[in-house]
Amino acid sequence: MMRTDEKLIIKGKRLDGRKAMDIREMEMKVGVIPNANGSAYVRFGKTTAYAAVYGPRELNPRHLQEPDRAIIRCYYNMAPFSVSERKRPAPGRRGIEISKVTKAAIEPALFLKEFPETTIDIFIDIIQADGSTRVAGINAASLALADAGIPMKDLIIALSGGKINDTLVIDLCGKEDNCSNADIPIAFLPNTKEITLLQMDGRVTPQEVKDTIKNVLNAGEQVYKKQKEALKNRYK
Amino acid sequence: MKDYILDLLEKDKRLDNRKLDEFRKIEIEKDFIQRAEGSARVRLGKTDVIAGIKLEISEPFSDMPDLGILRTEAEFTPIASEDFFPGPPDENAIELARIVDRGIRESETIDLEKLCLEKGEKVWGVCVDIRIVNHDGNLMDASALAALVALTTTKIPKLKDDEILREDYSGKLPLKHKPITISVGKIGNKFIIDPSIEEEKLLDSILAVSVREDDKICAMQKGKKPLNMEEINKIIDLVVKKSKDLRKLI
Amino acid sequence: MAEKVREIVLPGEKIGNTKTEKASYGTYIKDQDIISKFLGIHKKNNDYISVIPLSGIYTPKKYDKIIGIITSVEKAGWIVNTNSPWKGFLSLSEGVRDFIDLRKTDLKRFFDVGDIIYTEIVDIRRGDIQLSMKSPNARKLEDGVLIKITPSKVPRLIGKEGSMINSIKDQTKTIIRVGQNGVVWLTGEHIEKAMDSIKLIDEKSHIFGLTDKINNFLSD
Repeated sequence: MMRTDEKLIIKGKRLDGRKAMDIREMEMKVGVIPNANGSAYVRFGKTTAYAAVYGPRELNPRHLQEPDRAIIRCYYNMAPFSVSERKRPAPGRRGIEISKVTKAAIEPALFLKEFPETTIDIFIDIIQADGSTRVAGINAASLALADAGIPMKDLIIALSGGKINDTLVIDLCGKEDNCSNADIPIAFLPNTKEITLLQMDGRVTPQEVKDTIKNVLNAGEQVYKKQKEALKNRYK
Repeated sequence: MKDYILDLLEKDKRLDNRKLDEFRKIEIEKDFIQRAEGSARVRLGKTDVIAGIKLEISEPFSDMPDLGILRTEAEFTPIASEDFFPGPPDENAIELARIVDRGIRESETIDLEKLCLEKGEKVWGVCVDIRIVNHDGNLMDASALAALVALTTTKIPKLKDDEILREDYSGKLPLKHKPITISVGKIGNKFIIDPSIEEEKLLDSILAVSVREDDKICAMQKGKKPLNMEEINKIIDLVVKKSKDLRKLI
Repeated sequence: MAEKVREIVLPGEKIGNTKTEKASYGTYIKDQDIISKFLGIHKKNNDYISVIPLSGIYTPKKYDKIIGIITSVEKAGWIVNTNSPWKGFLSLSEGVRDFIDLRKTDLKRFFDVGDIIYTEIVDIRRGDIQLSMKSPNARKLEDGVLIKITPSKVPRLIGKEGSMINSIKDQTKTIIRVGQNGVVWLTGEHIEKAMDSIKLIDEKSHIFGLTDKINNFLSD
């Protein structure tokens, strides 16, 4: 990550006009891929993600099966045209890591014991990237899982926090992400506020980390509201 | 279900009440991905395909030192079907990409001469990436159409010295032609256009034909079982006729 | 005209209290809250709170009557597709009444790959679903077409004491069998109309006035 002295926030206004605690314009739609058991589309500003859930379904090879529950498999990838410089189609090391932490972010929210020996496959595809893509993907996955009729303890809310110049902000866009002092993607379950995804990139004080987490849990209420709306709209 | 579909076909009917040579509802969305130099989305019924175009600076081919480069790839993304899995493209994805590529290349759609920056050294490379969002049959025609429409929206980034200034454009990608690809499937002695996913499973043969606006055929690909010459001629005529309707949508 | 939607609840939504109510299907308890597990319809029967999911796969239960498809013929029985991630097994003794000499008989005579059966789940052991053709209505379903609906919507398709499904059968002159696994078999005269009404129920099960809507559709 490049850290620069570039001015990203001047007199409380970010490059796109937002205040520090403002989230970009969000758009969420459920049931967008007819073939999938459940699916969703989530957009934060320009960052656009699709998620599709296939399952619970039969799992082969058999040695991967768990006798008393479903396993979940997560696959995050970005379209070659989603970024400025064309990206090779394969997920690469970054994609594989994101797949892993996404799985960990989602698993605690699911009731898996009801589906022994099966797999629930969650696919996330980024169509356009402008910062905080894994967070958009997790929100989409949460909606897709609910759409698929998978029993869940709670929805999963995801949002990034960080620090640009000397200000704590939330929902970093691409430019901010590249030049930030810290980028902290977070996912949590809204009822219990348990945090299921926490990563960090940067250099900040412990207090700043704690404050960022608080900021994200707060602002996350808006993302939660948006998810609930999207699910209810599915059946209008 | 198979017998039911075959019975309907005997009476020149299809599951969704379409005529044999009728396309499903076509929806086209243009230029909706700002990060990409060009983009389009095509829906044929529930089949949903996105094409994105990225421009890069490349070295030209040694035997064509003053021509830009075209490259086409397709991903059968796992979100689109329970039969698609993560991993490198399989033979179907590769074949589809190559057919779309041929349709664009052989028809000379892109004015590759105008993409030369420095003869023998630097040219614009046009990368067409096709991404399937939902597979409900006839990915071929949807992908070819998405690729063409995406090319019509494509803009060339400005260059400052040797650096590409993304999202700052100097003009549009120069296009010379508009090829349309239509695949015709054969079941028994019936020819159908735009097969749905259930119909695809029952096809004996399939022939994809790319035709330019001056009726020149630029690419063809037969799949599955053999066809005789009469059948092929019939299909070519059908495609030339239908391509005019499709081209009006662009 | 806007359709009035029955009460839809979301996963994680608190819908009741263990002090005054009892948690039933589709809910779980945390501390004293009764919480929905699904995106579904909230139901309250006496003090029992349940949530019927609006989507989801079929989870096999003992005594369910389902429509299955034979996928392979084995030495002493048949493997059956149950429209779920778990395969069904129809043993020889549960499939056929007569005494069979395995050395002389080809099991394909009774059920072959692709055959459609209306059958009952008699036991479930660790994901292994045991089927039987010995129940009164169990039989092979010949000819006809199959369509699938969301399994949780089967009760809606059948209706109170069969009122909905009978209405469809009468008005389209079809014979229809509904499996609890969401698989529906039809044969008869106006099959397309019957299939369309079934699809409509699958899509609109969450609105009020569905019965009227379907009756209107059928009488057109």
